[in-house]
Order: sequence, then C-alpha cells, then structure tokens
Amino acid sequence: MRYLKILEYALASLLRRPGKTCAILVVYTLMIVVLASVLFLTQALKTEATTMLAGGPQLVVQKTMAGRHELIPVSAVEKLVEIPGVKAVKPRVWGYYYDALTGTNYTLQGFDTLANELSLLNGRLPREEGECAIGAGVARSRLIHLQDELILIDYDNIGRIFTVTGVFVSAADLLTQDLVVMPEGPLRQFFGMPDSLATDLAVEVYNPNEVDTIANKIKRSLPDSRPITQSELLRTYHAVFDWRGGMMLALFSSALMAFCILAWDKATGLSAGERREIGILKAVGWDTGDVLLLKLWEGLALSLLAFLSGCLIAFILVFWWGTPVLGGILRGWSVLFPALRPTPFIDFYQLGTLAFLTIIPYVASTVIPAWRAAVTDPDEVMRAS
Amino acid sequence: MIRSRAYLCLIAVLLTALAGLTGWAQKTSATFLADGLPARRQLVSVLSLTDLALWTEARYTRHPSMADLFSPFQDHPGAFDHFPAGSLMAPAGPRPETTMHIRRVAQP
Repeated sequence: MRYLKILEYALASLLRRPGKTCAILVVYTLMIVVLASVLFLTQALKTEATTMLAGGPQLVVQKTMAGRHELIPVSAVEKLVEIPGVKAVKPRVWGYYYDALTGTNYTLQGFDTLANELSLLNGRLPREEGECAIGAGVARSRLIHLQDELILIDYDNIGRIFTVTGVFVSAADLLTQDLVVMPEGPLRQFFGMPDSLATDLAVEVYNPNEVDTIANKIKRSLPDSRPITQSELLRTYHAVFDWRGGMMLALFSSALMAFCILAWDKATGLSAGERREIGILKAVGWDTGDVLLLKLWEGLALSLLAFLSGCLIAFILVFWWGTPVLGGILRGWSVLFPALRPTPFIDFYQLGTLAFLTIIPYVASTVIPAWRAAVTDPDEVMRAS
Repeated sequence: MIRSRAYLCLIAVLLTALAGLTGWAQKTSATFLADGLPARRQLVSVLSLTDLALWTEARYTRHPSMADLFSPFQDHPGAFDHFPAGSLMAPAGPRPETTMHIRRVAQP
C-alpha cells in the first residue's frame, strides 16, 4: 500500500508538469520505436537470410584476374574433384541483365534441367530453349504473367523471346524477386558464354567441418581462385544486417542524441522547483529513502509506459504495416525491392536487452540528482532554491 | 489512488499485449522454420542461390557475398557508399594489432 501511495504521488507530480512530461514521453517513445524497429527488422531479416541461404552451396570458387572476378574455366572441375573430401563440383552459370525498358536489373540464373519441380513456383521450371521462369518482381515490372512472353536482348543485340513457364510465388520474393531462370545451355547462348567457361564453381563436400581445409587446398591448387565458404557467405549477411552499424541508426542518430542530451540535462541537476519540492518533503517528515523511491517511481512510470508503447508500435510497424519508414531506407536505389514481410524472430532476451539499455539509464538519470538533493539538509535545499 | 490503479491497469494491458505479440512471433517463426523453410531451402539448393534479391542496383549489392573484395566503400573503409544500400554494410577491414616489417638483407 505504501508503494501504491508513493506511485500515486509520483503520477500526480508528473501530471503537475503536463507539458514537460508529455514532451519527454513522446521523445522517449519515439526513441524506443526507432531502436526496437531497427532491432526487430534486422534480426528478422538476418535470421531469415541465414536460415534460407544455409541450403546453398557449401563452397563457391571464383577465378580472379587483376583483382576482379573473372569467368572460370570448366576444366578446373577436374582439379577440384581430385581433392580428398570433395563430393561434387558443379559449374554455375549466371549473370546480370539491364532492362532498358523498365530501368531495372535482372539476375539471369542457369540451372540443371534434371532438377525437381519447386513448390514455390507457380507453373513449372523451364525445360528447353525459349522458356524461362521469372520472379514476381520481373513479372510486375514487365506486366507479364504465366505463359506470356518475355523479350530480352542478348549479347549480340538480338531480341530473344522466352515463354514464361513459371512465376515464383510472393513468399519467395526475398530470393527470387529479380530472377530470370533458364536452363544452362540457352543461358550460355544468351550471354555468348563459351561452354569451356562458367561464372563460378559450386563445390559440395562430404564433411561440412572440412570446408575450410578444402578451401585452403583449392587456393593452393588454383592460386588465382577465390574460394568463398558458406560460413563467409552467412557472415556477410550478419554484417549487412548488423543492427549496430548501419545507416538506419545513423539517420536516426539525431533523435538519439536529442534524447541523450535530455537525459544528461536531467542527470546533471534538478530544477529549482524540484529541489524545493524535495526540501519540503524532507521537512514534513519524508526520509531520504522515500524521496528516492518517489523519484524512482517517477522515472519508472515514464520509462515503462514509453518502453511498452514503443515496442508495440515498432512491432506493428515492422510486422504488420510492412516497415513504412525503415523499408524506404533499406530499399536504397533498388527498383525491384521485394515487399518486406519479415518473419518475426523475436524473443524475450531481445526485449530484455532493449529494456536494460533504455530504462536503466533514464531511471538512473532521474534518481541520482534526486539522491544528491535528498541527502542535503532540507533547510539548506529550500534556501538554495 | 485512482491514478495509480489506472496506470497499473494500463501497464498490465500493454504488457499483456506485448507478451501476446511476442508469443505470436515465436509461434509464427516456429511455423516458418517447420513449414516454410524446407521449400525455400529447396529453392536455394536447386537454383544454387547464394544471395538475397534485396538490392538490385549494383553487382556488389545484389550479391554481397560474391562481390570483389574491394567493391563497397570505394573511397575508404569508413566512407558511405555511392549506393545507399552499400552503406548498410559495416566496414570490417583487417586491423592488425601487431605489424611485422620484412626487409631484404643488403648485399655486402
């Protein structure tokens, strides 16, 4: 009951300064919204990316020349399959296509026609020359559908017509948004790429623990190559979505700075009115512990309200509203950016960390100056103010 | 005591909503891992994909893991990139704590 009464007094004290309380609450909530949105979005995308891409090649071998990626001779496959531990080596054929009609870049990906059908494909995979499967972004940008025709200009500046045999469903947008998939042979003809060359080589190994060792052996066997292991690939995506180092936080750093200044201002001193209030409370019989409890409740009351509302708003913005602000920043200059519908990978640990990093500093900045005033003589406090 | 009770009720409602949403998130992500992920992994495996189709404006943003090592941060490691998407990648260049200088012994 005593705590409830102190909370009642703390709320009354906050409501006596409605303008200041509202301003702090709005800024505090906005700061939590920004931090929580960035945390939720990047964590969701990072987890989704790493879990999905873990199904990709264990090792990709590129050829480099003059410090740049070059097409690799298919004859290198023979050298690589001789390395102990290597299960299979598959040349990959892929490349880019700039579509001048829509001003978009597509990724043209070749595949093995013996592959199974895909459950995320509406239609079927292309089987022969003149057929292709496309991502939903390509279909949208070219206003085409299943069984329509896609015209692309090949390396020789000749228009080629492809029948769309499949369109990837929107659930696969994150992986296929800009993809035009066709069998390897026709893709080689389209790019004018000789059969003796491939874009890179995908290496499959027997024991995943040996990937790094095999990568070292490949580097020794083909000195001009660059082996990229799957762990490096996944680390890249951790770095890309690393919520601590990003432009999103940089853009919102001004809001963070404003809040830090506000907290610093509170931490470095109380206003004359607040000091007088503490002096009067002590004079009428409150002890230092009660005053500190009052200030703790004031800080906690604001912090809890701001934290909970901020997290809820961030949750709704990121997972239900399609990240209206952050999505725009993430999009950059991308024309074919997929609609962001991230799977919510959130746990109580993340929320706890966010709460610890935001609530504790604010409450401390409220209690510490009050403690300084509360331990001094009430008469002195009131005279000084 | 009306204010404190109303405040505590509000906090309880917000806390319940947040706990409910977090529970929903965990259920949704578990469903994704059980049902949605195998189909996506099959897609990644069959097409031998290495990157997400998020940023299509440049080669090194479309395939960050396959790009030339020096592609992003073309001015210096801490610089904002020409493309906004490139700026999302934290520069992580090698920062050795010790250095070793090797020189050829002068011929007598």
